[in-house]
Amino acid sequence: MSDLPEGIQRREFDGRQRLATRGEPVYGEPTDGEWRCWDAGRSKLGAMIETGMDVRLTAGDGVLYLGAASGTTVSHVADIAGPTYAVEFAARPMRDLLDVAEARENLFPLLKDARKPESYSHVVESDLDVLVQDVATRGQASVAVDNARFLADDGRLLLAIKARSEDVTAEPDAVFDEVCEELHEGYEIIDRERLEPYHDDHLGVVARRR
Amino acid sequence: MSDQSTGAGWFAGRAPEADADLRAAIRTGRADAPADWPTEAVEGGFADDTEAYYETLRAAAIDAAREAVAEREGADDQQLLHAVRAMDDATRTANELAERCHEWAGTQFDAVEPGIDGARTLADREPSDPVEERVVALAERIDDLASEADDLRGFIERLAPEVAPNLAEMAGSVLAARLISLAGGLDALAKKPSGTVQVLGAEDALFAHLAGHGSSPKHGVIYTHEYVNGTRPEDRGSAARALAGKLTIAARIDHYSGDLRPEIHAELDERMATIRARADGEESGSADGNEEEAR
Repeated sequence: MSDLPEGIQRREFDGRQRLATRGEPVYGEPTDGEWRCWDAGRSKLGAMIETGMDVRLTAGDGVLYLGAASGTTVSHVADIAGPTYAVEFAARPMRDLLDVAEARENLFPLLKDARKPESYSHVVESDLDVLVQDVATRGQASVAVDNARFLADDGRLLLAIKARSEDVTAEPDAVFDEVCEELHEGYEIIDRERLEPYHDDHLGVVARRR
Repeated sequence: MSDQSTGAGWFAGRAPEADADLRAAIRTGRADAPADWPTEAVEGGFADDTEAYYETLRAAAIDAAREAVAEREGADDQQLLHAVRAMDDATRTANELAERCHEWAGTQFDAVEPGIDGARTLADREPSDPVEERVVALAERIDDLASEADDLRGFIERLAPEVAPNLAEMAGSVLAARLISLAGGLDALAKKPSGTVQVLGAEDALFAHLAGHGSSPKHGVIYTHEYVNGTRPEDRGSAARALAGKLTIAARIDHYSGDLRPEIHAELDERMATIRARADGEESGSADGNEEEAR
C-alpha cells in the first residue's frame, strides 16, 4: 500500500481503520476530533486511495473536479488541496454542494455541463495539477480527453469509470478496456484498479496528461 | 462593458464590486481555452493579489450557481401540467372550429379543404362581402389557435427536460408532460405504482373492467410511445408493462434526485429488444420466444 497523501490519515472509526481528513463535516459522517471519516463506500476517489492506488494528491494542488454531485468527495479534496473547481450539471445536488462550498474558502462551485468545457474555460484556470472525474454519462473517456486542456503538462487524471453508464449489456471489463483505449488520445495510463468491494462495476484510473 | 471575446476571462472589463455583472459573466461567458486567470486578473488590476481574486471568484461562483439553481428549480411540474392541458384544449378547439368553418365556407367558396390546413388557406383570402368577411375572420382565429398549440408544444419540449430529465428522455417531452398532467404533478406520479402508470389515461376502460364489463386495459396514454404502438399486438401488454415500469423509476429519480441516469434508458432498450425478439423467434420457428415467456 502506498503512503497516504499529506492531509489524509488512517484513523479508527467504529472499530475499523478508515480514511480521514480535517475539515467541516458535510453529511453527518463520524468524526474524531478535527478529523472526519472519508467513507470509501460513498466516494470513488476514497475507494481508489483505499485500494492502494497512488493518487499523489498534494497539499495546495489546483484541482478541477467533474461530477461533484452533492459534494461529499469534493469536500475532502478541497480540505487537502488548493483552489478546487467543482463542476456539477444537476440542480438538485448543487444545492447541497453550495452548502459545502460556503464552508470552504478554496472551493468554487460551477453549475455546468462537463461535456462542454468551453462553457467554463473562462473561469477555470489552466495548468491545474489534478483532474478528478466521476460523471455518470456515456463517453466518459471523451469527457476526460476534452478536459485535459485544464491540466499542466505533467498533470494527473484521477478517473472513476462506471461501466453501466457506457453500456449496461456489455461485460464491465470489456467496457473498461474500451474506455482506457480512448483515453490514450490524451493520457498515459499509470495505474488501473477495480473498485470492488466499495463500488461494483467501477474502475479507478490514474493517468498522466501527454 | 466590453463584450467578452472567446479569449477573455470572466472578469475581463468588469469591476470586482459589480456583483450582478460577475454572476452573469460566470453563467453565460465562454472561452475556447483556459488561461492563468488569477495572474491575468491581478496584472489587469481586477484584484490586488491572487488571494483577493479567489475570494471574489468564490463569492461570484456561489451566487451564480445559487441563481441558476433557483431558476432551474422554478421550472416546475405545475407549469408543465398547465401547458400540456392548454395545448390539448387549443388543438381540440381549433379542430372543432375548423369543422364549423369548413361547413360554412362550403356555402361561399368552391373547393375548400377541410381541417386546419383548409382554414389556413381560407385565412389568406380577400373577403368580398360581409358573409365572406365573417368566414375569413373565423379562419384567421383558427390559424392563430393552431399556431398557439404549436408554440405550446415547443414550450413543453424545452421545459420537460428541465422538470423531469429522465422521464422526458424516456417518454419524449409531450408524453412526459401528459403523464405528469394525468397524475396531477411529478410528486404524485412518482408515488404511483407502475400498474397505475401503465393505464393512466384509460380510466374509462379500467372502471368498465372493474364494474365487470370488458377486459382490463393494457395501456393508457403510453400507447403513443413507439415502444408500445410499434410492437405487435400480442406483445403490446408486455411492452406496456416494461415501459410503465421504467417510466415509474424515471419519475421517481426525477422527483427525488433529479440527475440523468443513462443506465435506466439502456435497460429499457435492452428489455424491449428481448420482447420484440419474440416475434422474430416465432417467424423463424426457434424456441427463444417461449423461453422468454417462461421467465
